[in-house]
Amino acid sequence: MAAEALPRLGEVSPVVRLVRRLVPYVGYTLLITAALSQIVPFVLTVANSFKCLPAVSAAPIAFLPTPPFFVECQADGVTRSASETTSGITFNPALEGYQSVFEANLGRWLFNTAFIALAIMLLRLLFDSLAGYALARIRFPGNRIIFTIILGTMMIPGVVLLIPRFIILKQLGMLNAYSGIIIPLMADAFGIFLMKQFFESIPNEIEEAGQVDGANRFIMFFRIILPMATPALTALAIFSFQGAWNNFLDVLIVLGGNQDLWTLPLGLSFLRGGSGRTLIWNEFLAGSVITTLPMAIIFFAFQRYFVEGVNYSGLAGQ
Amino acid sequence: MAGMAFISPAFIILFVFLIVPMIAALYFSLTNWNGVTPLTRSDAYEFVGLENYQRLLLQSGTRQEAFFTSLKNTVYFVLGVVPVQTLLAMSLAVLVNQRWLKGKGFFRTTFYFPSISSSVVISLIFMWMFNSDGIVNQGIRSIFPAYQSVTWLSDSNGILHNLLGLFGVTRDSLGEFGRTEIASISIWDWLSGPSVTMLTIMILNTWTTIGTLMVVFLAALQNIPAQVYEAAYVDGATTMQIFRKITVPLLRPTTFFVVTLGLIGTFQVFDQIYVISSGGPADTTLTIAYLVYRSGFKDQRMGIAAATAIVLFLIIFVFTLIQRRITGGDRAA
Repeated sequence: MAAEALPRLGEVSPVVRLVRRLVPYVGYTLLITAALSQIVPFVLTVANSFKCLPAVSAAPIAFLPTPPFFVECQADGVTRSASETTSGITFNPALEGYQSVFEANLGRWLFNTAFIALAIMLLRLLFDSLAGYALARIRFPGNRIIFTIILGTMMIPGVVLLIPRFIILKQLGMLNAYSGIIIPLMADAFGIFLMKQFFESIPNEIEEAGQVDGANRFIMFFRIILPMATPALTALAIFSFQGAWNNFLDVLIVLGGNQDLWTLPLGLSFLRGGSGRTLIWNEFLAGSVITTLPMAIIFFAFQRYFVEGVNYSGLAGQ
Repeated sequence: MAGMAFISPAFIILFVFLIVPMIAALYFSLTNWNGVTPLTRSDAYEFVGLENYQRLLLQSGTRQEAFFTSLKNTVYFVLGVVPVQTLLAMSLAVLVNQRWLKGKGFFRTTFYFPSISSSVVISLIFMWMFNSDGIVNQGIRSIFPAYQSVTWLSDSNGILHNLLGLFGVTRDSLGEFGRTEIASISIWDWLSGPSVTMLTIMILNTWTTIGTLMVVFLAALQNIPAQVYEAAYVDGATTMQIFRKITVPLLRPTTFFVVTLGLIGTFQVFDQIYVISSGGPADTTLTIAYLVYRSGFKDQRMGIAAATAIVLFLIIFVFTLIQRRITGGDRAA
């Protein structure tokens, strides 16, 4: 077969060969164009968050910061025009947007977001791994039914839960309180599934050895099993933190009524022009940068786990 | 007993905040509760049977009009976004997976990056870029000086309506037929396509999700053993044949997964709508999810809102089954 096919490869016409030669160039062009379309909006967002307001509208494409740094946007009570702070693709950075967004209470939103996201993340690490371990390793009556039910909950669309969850939280007196957002989200089906998959891959002998030593199941779990699960726990931590950090719908319904508990996405959506506010571009671009920055840092530090987590979710779907 | 102790905290949470609400949604969809009157009061709500469903689906009037408007908008959104994002993600993954490509890691990072950001942030960035004197319009005008600025974020005209308008076909060309109403919406409006504003949100959504989906496809591609390709190459298969006869079929389970994720996500599109358009202009970006929110929390009609949510659940369910047939997901597992 191979001997028959090989000469055929040699017979390829010059046109086909030329096309083959060109494929990488076309491929690179397409990929670089696509990559630019993904990066440029973020670069421009960062650049414009550091501009004075008139410059944001008049010269949005200026992206190179040049000295003098941190110019004042008001000079003698008059707002400086765009041409005074930009030229061509360069601009003089200013902190107007950041000052204005912190005046709008961004510090508080940042604290709330971090607190809620950390709480949800830590509780999920605990409860999801406990449940995942039970499903993977402990035989008990109802084991399979419970697993089916948990998988089934993954199919319930979040929007369907919007109204009844609001009703239940209202009945429990948990609306407009940290507990109302943290408690319902402190365990999730995806996390349980992820941990179950991981624990199934650990060799049985380790627990058998533990049992011979007479260790209690809980002690064994926390001392021996959980430390082995660091990679899976890291992926789960990242996904939980990201989901909670960026959550909008639940936060809107549960915390919308109490300004002191607003998170970054909720606060930003308010800057967008709710309650008669006008759009101040550099202000909400600055808010967007601050909201994205912690996630970006985590992403670059733990990239591998993001990709792994996506692959796990692919597994869950099959 | 240890099993129960390990699993009960998580299970109780899922039960109380996922399963009970699902049942509660069904229950409240059969009532006329306004969401404000405390449930402890005996006159808080009445049991109205299927009336809410009837007013949404069958009885002509404002509820039916709102529901079918949102259904029309949502279906345009889903049918526009899901195929495009799936094909783009698959193509990008195939390109990134090529042996001659250098900098795979760079491309993977770049494409994934937008999906780590909050939907609210992405929406705000798009609002800024697409506003009428924003960078998108400025960019187009610098290339085509005669360009009449499109108001991307407040144009309620359907894109098919605009397209037909270029050929002189208008709302009146179809005469009575175009004005005939099906479920409180005229035939012309059914067929006029997503509005320009909806199109902008569709672009936003595609732009954000292709990265994640690309990573899923890429992982699947990397799981295909190299020997499979080598064998095909030795047998003299062309690149196109390899792609169609090997890559696509082997990616089928992944495609099924990506399309399912896409359907579930796009049918529930909410955040972007809330931030960018609040359902406007002229209700052309009113999606079913946003209608649930609006009925429940703005119009104070929890019963109607719950019924709308249940209908959405059924629609997603049916669409997932249909696509299982089409992509062959039922044979893939």
